[in-house]
Amino acid sequence: MSSVVDTAAQSAAPDPATRIDRPHGRPVVDSGAALELVGSLLASVAAVWLVFTVAGLSAPFGLGLCSLIGFVVLYGVVEWRLHGILHAKDRLATLYVWLGAGIAFVPLAAIIIYVLVKGLPVLASHFPHFLTGDMSKAGPAEPVTAAGMSAAIVGTLEQVGLATLFSVPIAVFTATYLNEIRGWFSLVVRTVVDSMTGTPSIIAGLFIYLLWVYPRHTNGPSGFAASLALTIMMLPIVTRSAEEVLRIVPGSLREAALALGSPQWRMILRVVLPTARAGLVTAVILGIARAVGETAPVLFTAGGASKMNWDPFHGQQSDLPIQIYQLIFSPSVNGVREGWGGALVLVLLVLTLFVLARVVGSGRRSGSRSRRFAFVGRRQVDP
Amino acid sequence: MTTVNQLGAPTDQFGSAANHGAGPPGPGMAPAGNTPARLEATDVSAWFGSNKVLERISLTMEPGKVTALIGPSGCGKSTFLRILNRMHELIPTAALSGSVALDGVDVYGPQLRVTETRLRVGMVFQRPNPFPSMTIAQNVLAGLRLSGTRVQNADDLVQECLERAGLWRETRNRLNESGVSLSGGQQQRLCIARSLAVRPRVLLMDEPCSALDPISTGVIEETIRKLCHDVTIVIVTHNMQQAQRVSHNCALFLLDGEGMPGHIVEAGPTTQVFDDPRDPRTADYVHGRFG
Ligand SMILES: Nc1ncnc2c1ncn2[C@@H]1O[C@H](COP(=O)(O)OP(=O)(O)OP(=O)(O)O)[C@@H](O)[C@H]1O
Ligand SMILES: [Mg+2]
Repeated sequence: MSSVVDTAAQSAAPDPATRIDRPHGRPVVDSGAALELVGSLLASVAAVWLVFTVAGLSAPFGLGLCSLIGFVVLYGVVEWRLHGILHAKDRLATLYVWLGAGIAFVPLAAIIIYVLVKGLPVLASHFPHFLTGDMSKAGPAEPVTAAGMSAAIVGTLEQVGLATLFSVPIAVFTATYLNEIRGWFSLVVRTVVDSMTGTPSIIAGLFIYLLWVYPRHTNGPSGFAASLALTIMMLPIVTRSAEEVLRIVPGSLREAALALGSPQWRMILRVVLPTARAGLVTAVILGIARAVGETAPVLFTAGGASKMNWDPFHGQQSDLPIQIYQLIFSPSVNGVREGWGGALVLVLLVLTLFVLARVVGSGRRSGSRSRRFAFVGRRQVDP
Repeated sequence: MTTVNQLGAPTDQFGSAANHGAGPPGPGMAPAGNTPARLEATDVSAWFGSNKVLERISLTMEPGKVTALIGPSGCGKSTFLRILNRMHELIPTAALSGSVALDGVDVYGPQLRVTETRLRVGMVFQRPNPFPSMTIAQNVLAGLRLSGTRVQNADDLVQECLERAGLWRETRNRLNESGVSLSGGQQQRLCIARSLAVRPRVLLMDEPCSALDPISTGVIEETIRKLCHDVTIVIVTHNMQQAQRVSHNCALFLLDGEGMPGHIVEAGPTTQVFDDPRDPRTADYVHGRFG
């Protein structure tokens, strides 16, 4: 740290005119602090290991947990004795934050890595066909080369796409209502939406099954029916997150719009919603993420199919969750491997959707700038 | 308000910004109603819940003049200003009595819709609040779009309003940048331009310079002096020099004590209020001898 400052000062001293301002280096963790951290960790692990060995215990999880607790206590005491109580509190708080982030991150990373390890070989070794073929030729006895996820991918995209189409406008309207209009009815709506958030997804599936699928007998199951069930799942999530987003649009902007003589609906349409656009995109992503992996509601309603079915309105349709579900429980080893491949495809699909939505959400700003310019220009030539 | 019935003024009397399309094209276009209006408050009292914050305020804001509202913090200047263009009623607990007349027509009466009132009585807020989702040009035109007014020669209108607000030279090459990319003082002038684009007949300004440096303040004061030929201006300010510099008339609001409603102690020509006040409290306040 100090050497950086010194050299900057020296080079600046001779001629202020040619002086180049350089930012100071960021504060580095000095070796003492790192030593204390690693030392406490090693000491704790060693001590706990010793105790476990002497006592003849063999419990890896207990060992890890005890080491962790010992480490936190030891580290706190070390910092306290060396640097005082304030410093110790600061270090411990930092430690807790890091530990928390780590504990949250590990299972997530583990899931993704596990799916990658299991699924990547299947996807890679049958690369184009696994994505482009359908399952019509695949049976328990067939090799993996006969399997393909295209029917499932198309089904998922169509079902989730339709569900998004149905749920997003309703959800945004509802969120706007909850946010802009006070009264007893909005309380009722909010309560209903909240309890919908907690609805088990199988209930949504059953509901659509009884209401739409069952009365139509064999014509009942379809991608459309699945999308209705998914709509029920997406609606409360998108509504609640959209409401949170709309709530943080500053009241001063609403006042500014109203003070210009705007009716309330135009204020919402032209000021509130555009201001919240990026957040609304995030709300939609959350809803899609929820819907894309739902198995229970689509199981009843889409029915599953081994052949490609492009038409979401007629005939049973497959989708990735159903396909994975069926394959993982299949009696053949190849079926299970194909299931992992499907799981990987689902993860990749979700990832792609996320990135795409992010790009659309932030990219529209620059894109619409030119469109806005066109708006001004077009108005000009209007008679 | 009896004057309403006597005059029986139809809403058309106002000409109004809603007629842009009908006027002659070009920046100088002057729709029939593009003249400053007289704003008259009579016996206005206001409450927030059960808390009375204004006590029987009567004040005439003369057309083409700048009226300054001064007084200590919390005495109800902003509340009064917001009553003038019906922003007060947006607060759920707010209530009021008395009347406000725009050229003799009660703005709380049946002749004027609330959106029409706000279109004619524009407002500039204490903190600049351009719309972040819009460009500079769109911000200027926002009032027209929001009030559903068709506009020809949008580019000319943008230029005219930015010029009148003293912002044209700084923004002429960046009209398509976001409104929030401007500095605070520029944003405030953008908000003034935005208010002007709908051609209000009265412009309410609530401490428009409180967040600005002396140079931006000077620009805005210059703007106010130029504008007052076209639009009646009511300005709240804590700056006594500013009140003296820009206003023709001046009203001093005071509180009699903690929890008491604010009321007008003295109102009249600015020179008289500052140099020859009738009430000793006025002299104390304008010369900074007030607690
Ligand atoms: N939204 C509100 N709800 C309840 N009370 C309010 C509200 N807004 C203002 N008040 C109260 O009304 C009184 C007048 O407030 P107002 O904002 O009009 O004062 P002001 O003269 O503009 O003060 P300042 O110079 O600080 O801006 C204050 O006592 C304030 O507490
Ligand atoms: Mg105020």
